[in-house]
Amino acid sequence: MNIHIDAAELNAAREQANSMPLDKIDVSDPSLYANDTLWPYFERLRREDPVHFAENERFGKFWSVTKFRDIMSVDTNHQVFSSEAGGISIAERPAEFTLPMFIAMDPPKHTPQRLTASPIVAPANLARLEGLIRTRVAEIFDKLPVGETFNWVDRVSIELTTQMLATLFDFPFEERRKLTYWSDIATTFPEPGAMVETFEDKKAILLDCLQNFTKLWNERVNAPPAPDLISMLAHSPATRNMPPFEYLGNLMLLIVGGNDTTRNSLSGGVLFMNQNRGEWQKLRDNPALTPSAVSEIIRYQTPLAHMRRTALADATVDGKQIKKGDKVVMWYISGNRDDEEIERPNEFIVDRKNPRHHIAFGFGIHRCVGNRLAELQLKIVWEEILKRRMDIEVVGKVERVLSNFVHGYTSLPVRVTPNAY
Amino acid sequence: MSKVTYIQYDGVERVVDVPNGVSVMRGAVDNGVSGIDGDCGGECACATCHVYVDDAWLAKTGARTEMEQSMLEFADATKENSRLGCQIKMTEDLSGLVVRLPAGQH
Ligand code: HEM
Ligand code: FES
Repeated sequence: MNIHIDAAELNAAREQANSMPLDKIDVSDPSLYANDTLWPYFERLRREDPVHFAENERFGKFWSVTKFRDIMSVDTNHQVFSSEAGGISIAERPAEFTLPMFIAMDPPKHTPQRLTASPIVAPANLARLEGLIRTRVAEIFDKLPVGETFNWVDRVSIELTTQMLATLFDFPFEERRKLTYWSDIATTFPEPGAMVETFEDKKAILLDCLQNFTKLWNERVNAPPAPDLISMLAHSPATRNMPPFEYLGNLMLLIVGGNDTTRNSLSGGVLFMNQNRGEWQKLRDNPALTPSAVSEIIRYQTPLAHMRRTALADATVDGKQIKKGDKVVMWYISGNRDDEEIERPNEFIVDRKNPRHHIAFGFGIHRCVGNRLAELQLKIVWEEILKRRMDIEVVGKVERVLSNFVHGYTSLPVRVTPNAY
Repeated sequence: MSKVTYIQYDGVERVVDVPNGVSVMRGAVDNGVSGIDGDCGGECACATCHVYVDDAWLAKTGARTEMEQSMLEFADATKENSRLGCQIKMTEDLSGLVVRLPAGQH
């Protein structure tokens, strides 16, 4: 197995991270994420310069906030650190075409929009969904090829998250991969070589998406209220008259929010159990640890590496003077490895004392609205794996996404054996 | 020490001695009361410590802070007597406090 093959690369990165001039460290370089060498750079920043200034051609000037407590203080100070002024990612928003989404709004606009989306993922609705999710997980698992190498990312992680989205929206099941496609398009910055190359093309695809959803809206608005998101939006007095692009923005946010994040946690968990066979054994011996293992997987993966804010006023963070207008990046991926907040943070431990205390969902008024749904999906998946006594062995090269925002995998070759223990 | 009665969503009552100065959230987490997560550790930043304060105790527990108000707006099933457990610190005066826990926290 070659899951430890990157050790040499990581050692080289550590040497470089510790010897280069501090002010040259730039944690926004996407290749650090693709080759999994980001860790020593963040270690050095947390130790020597926890609120770090950098500048580069692609992302301009920005502050990196790297420690758990400092991130929390930025996250909870939404009066000063705005999600609306410059968006939520380190990359600048294209002025040409941006859908309105409440993740990138400040109060008062943020408040009513978040409130319309939250019932879909509230406990009552989740309880209703649990059985259906389990059935779909079971169907996918029962069809997995045994003794054959396949890509877990595509066959399980993407398939499952896509099915979940189709369920939430009551979207035509056979056409469900459209959802993943639209989500990928919505998060792609058009440039040559990318999935979509121009803003015109991107807009055309999203308009097609809007047409699909408008059709569903029209069907649902004339039918009795149902517990899917589209019906909820069509029948709720607060959203019935929502302008089309706001409607699309809300839908897209739920698709995007629940897509890459859950997908990559599903893949990450399998990888971590392979890298830590002792922890895998612990979980097999004691399936009651599943909820705790799920939180640990989410912490260890941190599927969204950062969120960005823009300062609306001068402020101080951990002694550094932030000026009005500055771009401030909260690196959740680093906060989750901060040993002043989390004991032995670089270890994957399925029975931690306080596993829910991590920062992967953010904190404050934008804290992930879908976190219970994400946890539920992961919990069901691991319960079904354990129920089948299935071993999942990583047997080939792990490939990662080239992005400093979506932290995840493109390829995870595995072989599964049911009834292995 | 002051007594707090936590009424879990399943109806089970748990009476716990909580040291004065310690929060209602911490009292639950440290004593394994199910229905309060306290993900953020008491920073008023996650709303996973949502409780309903028994009417008889509402006046004594005081008012929501501004941040607490914004967090509660987004919690599920918020009512007039909703508070964040981490924002209520125990005192002699609160001994005997009764809180109910919502559905949907673990
Ligand atoms: C492990 C899985 C997930 C992770 C790690 C995650 C992470 C996050 C983070 C860090 C934020 C905070 C954004 C900010 O502070 O600017 C967020 C917000 C959000 N997430 Fe998630 N998420 C996950 C799953 C989901 C799912 C399944 C859904 C869909 C149902 C979802 C929908 C949203 C939405 C709508 C927001 C915006 C909330 C707001 O701005 O008020 N997420 N998520
Ligand atoms: S523990 Fe997070 S808000 Fe109370």
